[in-house]
Amino acid sequence: MKAAFLERLLAAKQARQAIALVTDLGSNAQAIFDPVAPDNPLDLTPAQRDAVSAALDANQSDEIEIEGRRLFVQARVPAPRLIVVGAVHITQALAPMAALAGYEVVVVDPRRAFATAERFPGINLRHDWPDEALDALQVDARSAVVTLTHDPKIDDPALDRALKSPAFYIGALGSKKTHAARLHRLKSAGFDDAALARIHGPAGLAIGAKSPAEIAISVLAQLTAARHGRPTRLADATPAAAQ
Amino acid sequence: MTPIEEDVLETALNWKQAGRRVAVATVTSTWGSSPRPAGSQLVVDDKGAMVGSVSGGCIEGAVVREALEVMQDGKPRLLDFGITNEQAWEVGLACGGKLQVYVERLE
Repeated sequence: MKAAFLERLLAAKQARQAIALVTDLGSNAQAIFDPVAPDNPLDLTPAQRDAVSAALDANQSDEIEIEGRRLFVQARVPAPRLIVVGAVHITQALAPMAALAGYEVVVVDPRRAFATAERFPGINLRHDWPDEALDALQVDARSAVVTLTHDPKIDDPALDRALKSPAFYIGALGSKKTHAARLHRLKSAGFDDAALARIHGPAGLAIGAKSPAEIAISVLAQLTAARHGRPTRLADATPAAAQ
Repeated sequence: MTPIEEDVLETALNWKQAGRRVAVATVTSTWGSSPRPAGSQLVVDDKGAMVGSVSGGCIEGAVVREALEVMQDGKPRLLDFGITNEQAWEVGLACGGKLQVYVERLE
C-alpha cells in the first residue's frame, strides 16, 4: 500500500467522506475508490464499479469476484456523529453512552460554565452558538442533532440548521407544551408540517425514563432505531422525557 | 470523544513517518465462525510491534512472521488460515473458521 493512499483514507475520514481502498487480488494493483470521483485507475467495468460502490454503500469490506477479477474492497465509512446542543445533566450521561455505541460526539453550548472539561472529560466541546456550530460542523446524513437545553435562544437556532440539513435524526427535549410552542415558533419561521415532523419531540422512546441516565438511554435507543431504519415512535407513546 | 475502536491506519502512518518499516495485514474473506470480519486489520512494524487484530489472537503470530518477510521483499501475499476447533477453543471461541489475510508493505 502506498503511503499516499493511506493519507487519502485518513483525510477522507477527517472530511467525513465514504471512500474505499480496492485491491485486485490477482495482480496486486491497488487504488482508492471515491464514489464521487470519475477517475478509474483499476479500469473497472461498469458492473465492477457498481459492485464496489454497493459494498461501500453497505459499509461492508469484502472480497468480490466479478467478471474474472477478484477484488477486495476495504470500505471506510465515517462513524455516525451525534451533535448534542446543551451541556446539561442528561448530556453528561448521553455523551459517553453515545461514544460507547460508536458515535463521534460533539457537545455544543455557548454557556462556558456548562460546557467544561471537568463535566465532560474527553468529549469534544464547542462554545459557539448552535447555528454557527452546526454550520461549521456541516451536518450530513450520518449526523444526528439533539437539543436538550429547553432554552429557545439556544435550541431554536440548532433546530433551524438541523431542519435545513439531511441529518438522519433530530430530537428536542421538553414537555409536550414546550414542544407545541417550539413547533409554533418554527412554523412562523417558515418550516412546513412535513419538515417539523422530522423533529422527535419530546426526544426519546417511551420507556418510562426518569433519571438523566434513563433519559439518555431512551434517546440513544431512538437514535439506534433511526440509524437502522426502524420505527422511532412506539405505538403507545407517552414520550420518554416528557417532564 | 471518538468511538472506542482505534484506527490502526493512523498508527501505521505514524510509524511510517517515524522511519519504521511497516506492513498491513487485512482479512479479505472468512468462512464459518471466523473471529474477526473481513476488513479487520493488523499493523506490524519491523520490530514485531503490532496494533489491531485479524483473528483475536490465534493467527497473529504467523501473520507477524509473514509481515516481517513482506517488509523485506515487498511482495504482497494472500495467506490462508484454518482455525481448528482446538485453537479456537484456546482463544475462547466455540468453533473453528477459515480466513484469508492479505499482507502488504506500506510503501
